[in-house]
Amino acid sequence: MATVSRGFFGRRRSGDPDLPPGQYLVTDFPVLSAGPTPRLRTEDWEFTITTETGEKHAWDWAALMALPAQTPTVDLHCVTKWSKLGTSWRGVSLDTLFEDVESAAEYALVHSYGGYTTNLPLQDLLDGQAWIAYEFEGEPLEPEHGGPARLLVPHLYLWKSAKWVRGIQLLHDDEPGFWETAGYHNYGDPWREQRYWGD
Amino acid sequence: MARATVLGRLTWRVATVAALRQETPNARTIVLDVPGWPGHVAGQHVDVRLTAPDGYSAQRSYSIASAADGARVELTVELVPDGEVSPYLVEVLEVGDRIDIRGPVGGWFVWDPARADATPVQLVAGGSGIVPLMAMIRTRAAAGSTAPFRLLYSVREHSAMLYAAELETHAEAVTPTYVYTRKAPGGHPRPAGRIDAGLVRAAAWPPDRRPLCFVCGPTGFVEAAADLLVAAGHDPALIRTERFGPTGGPA
Amino acid sequence: MSTDHLDGNAAAGALREIFTTDLTAATGTCASCGNVATVAQAVLYTNAPGLVGRCPGCEAVLFRLVRGPGRAWLDLRGVTCLEFALPDPS
Repeated sequence: MATVSRGFFGRRRSGDPDLPPGQYLVTDFPVLSAGPTPRLRTEDWEFTITTETGEKHAWDWAALMALPAQTPTVDLHCVTKWSKLGTSWRGVSLDTLFEDVESAAEYALVHSYGGYTTNLPLQDLLDGQAWIAYEFEGEPLEPEHGGPARLLVPHLYLWKSAKWVRGIQLLHDDEPGFWETAGYHNYGDPWREQRYWGD
Repeated sequence: MARATVLGRLTWRVATVAALRQETPNARTIVLDVPGWPGHVAGQHVDVRLTAPDGYSAQRSYSIASAADGARVELTVELVPDGEVSPYLVEVLEVGDRIDIRGPVGGWFVWDPARADATPVQLVAGGSGIVPLMAMIRTRAAAGSTAPFRLLYSVREHSAMLYAAELETHAEAVTPTYVYTRKAPGGHPRPAGRIDAGLVRAAAWPPDRRPLCFVCGPTGFVEAAADLLVAAGHDPALIRTERFGPTGGPA
Repeated sequence: MSTDHLDGNAAAGALREIFTTDLTAATGTCASCGNVATVAQAVLYTNAPGLVGRCPGCEAVLFRLVRGPGRAWLDLRGVTCLEFALPDPS
């Protein structure tokens, strides 16, 4: 039984009806990382989509910049219980990147520079639900927040929005990623509070 | 290698604030009364958990500052700007308040006079990294140990120094050398600056004495100081480090 | 210099919830590079959904510890062997 600490309220406040269950509102942008922050130059950056047959689609930074950009405004929900509402981003929709990709796979495993991985159903990356984002609030995305580019899948907990994204591997069989193999939920829907295995 | 012992299950205990001591404008010592406290070894720490009325909780680790003394446990906490837990502990907590703690924990960054022989000990502190090292100095004095100690203590300026008066009473025993990174007090033999190779050579035990080195401070300080010790010829196997920083998440 | 990490000392409480002995003083071998170090010497990332300990030699993941309500998960696949000093049974 926890002892309530007189006069302690914490930095995070709840009470907003727009928040998923168990979440607290923040106004700053906490930095979470499971390893050293990669410092990537855009000239060295590459992003690939590899299909289940091994077919590889690759974009360098100039190719990504040449694609039509979108500017989504979305809410972020981190499994560590903070939510940040109304964040504005600039990036390329994964619908655009998948335009020429032929695949019958159902699952995606996302890889990052630095070795991080996360998995999700391919359909959660499509239909206007996900972006490769490279600007946050009008500025180039900072390395601490995943720059030069990160995956943005705001309808799932934020650990699915892999920072320093490097590629997406399409798979017939689901393959759990870094946190999904260590207790965190395989899908991670914040509105159903799918934090841990079995939630 | 530190000797392990089989311990009981670690559980949260309710600690009552028995006294508070302002150490510097930004740091204070919290004297806790912890019924059933099993005792601790110098260098160990505790986890502190704060819980808001709505159930939100935050947890941090703090080094124990005091030598083992019955049910009394002292923590010295320095304010972390924009922190979540330290402002509460430094500015809000009052005598009689209760907080949850668990511990003691940690078995590597420790100095136990019962197991120490005449091995020299080199303490290197950056900022509030002095806290677990002060526990070692206090434990040495309380146990009447004659283990040869030396202290290198790097601090922003004199007003940020923890335990300044008490350290003077241990001066003969621990031969303290102070380094001021921002502003040195008048008459200090060394201008403001960081610990460097020359200072390590001049003030620390020579490597051939094979001292056990304890280095504690912010991550950047610890890595720089440990590198200087190794460069000076100290055996990396005899260097024990503990990093702290304004990190940690909700419990 | 990177300052976004702590070291394994800071995992002592979370590990002591699970083990009856202090794990931070145990010596482990990195499964990736063979580096031998105490758990206390691991590079520890705490601002994350769990605790992530990495090898001080090669930065490979040594352990991951996730604490949920009523449950914990500990993945030690990055450590090939842990050596503990233990008193003999009396």
